[in-house]
Amino acid sequence: MKVRVYVSLKPGVLDPQGRAIHHAIEGLGFSGVKAVRAGRLFELDVEESVDDAALDGMARQLLANMVIESYRIERVAA
Amino acid sequence: MSAFRAAVVTFPGSNCDRDMAVALEQIGGGTVDRVWHAETSLPPRLDLIALPGGFSYGDYLRSGAMAARSPVMRAVAAEAARGVPVLGVCNGFQVLTEAGLLPGALMRNAGIRFVCREVALTVENNQSLFTAGYEAGQCIRIPVAHHDGNYFADTATLDRLEGEGRIAFRYAEEVNGSARRIAGVLSASGTILGMMPHPERAIEPAQGSSDGRALFAAAANALLTA
Repeated sequence: MKVRVYVSLKPGVLDPQGRAIHHAIEGLGFSGVKAVRAGRLFELDVEESVDDAALDGMARQLLANMVIESYRIERVAA
Repeated sequence: MSAFRAAVVTFPGSNCDRDMAVALEQIGGGTVDRVWHAETSLPPRLDLIALPGGFSYGDYLRSGAMAARSPVMRAVAAEAARGVPVLGVCNGFQVLTEAGLLPGALMRNAGIRFVCREVALTVENNQSLFTAGYEAGQCIRIPVAHHDGNYFADTATLDRLEGEGRIAFRYAEEVNGSARRIAGVLSASGTILGMMPHPERAIEPAQGSSDGRALFAAAANALLTA
């Protein structure tokens, strides 16, 4: 089974990379973009037996740094 | 007077481990063991553990994130909990925050760019075993070389660090966007220091500054008289 873990910076945490990407988008001539926040997507291929608690543990203990980031887990049909 | 025993942990991608060992040996007069990250135990009767700078695990995931979960860090955390002093410089500081041994996180520099130059620091707390060789408020010059040195912690944590005197060093100039210009942080016990600037790269006049010597000298003095 495929699982997606989205990790993003918490609201209020400065995102210099997102800001630089925003500037670059504007530099390409696209207008109307108000803000960009950069994040990460992890795709895990896991056995059916892996439960939510385990996925939560992986996200909390490694994939996200809970000081600055939050995460969202999405199970995807194979 | 016998020498103190120190361990310098080397992760794949560490590149300041030798400089750290030299500083501990030459200034502190310590006996230094180099410990590979895959070890599950540390040498016995250590007086100090140093986590050096570099790019452990290629900075995969986040700087210091993989190293913080490597086998040797369980032993480091156990020794730190017993009160063995730990010094983390640059990537070592990132590892300490990722391991939860120091609060906060080190994010991408606010200016995006890698910063590699000598910077001015203010010594904020000269009461720790690492900083006792400086005067409070003293301005020192130590080089930095990092991409992720932008210290972040929530306001409550920052206030607590200030209130408890746990900010060891502050940048005297704008360097990387760090909250309250924090360059180095102490643990509540005062025995763990994480700092982005490299004191081990400022121990000889030929390096442009010798201001890092006092840190190693003070630590050695404290460890030998403890």
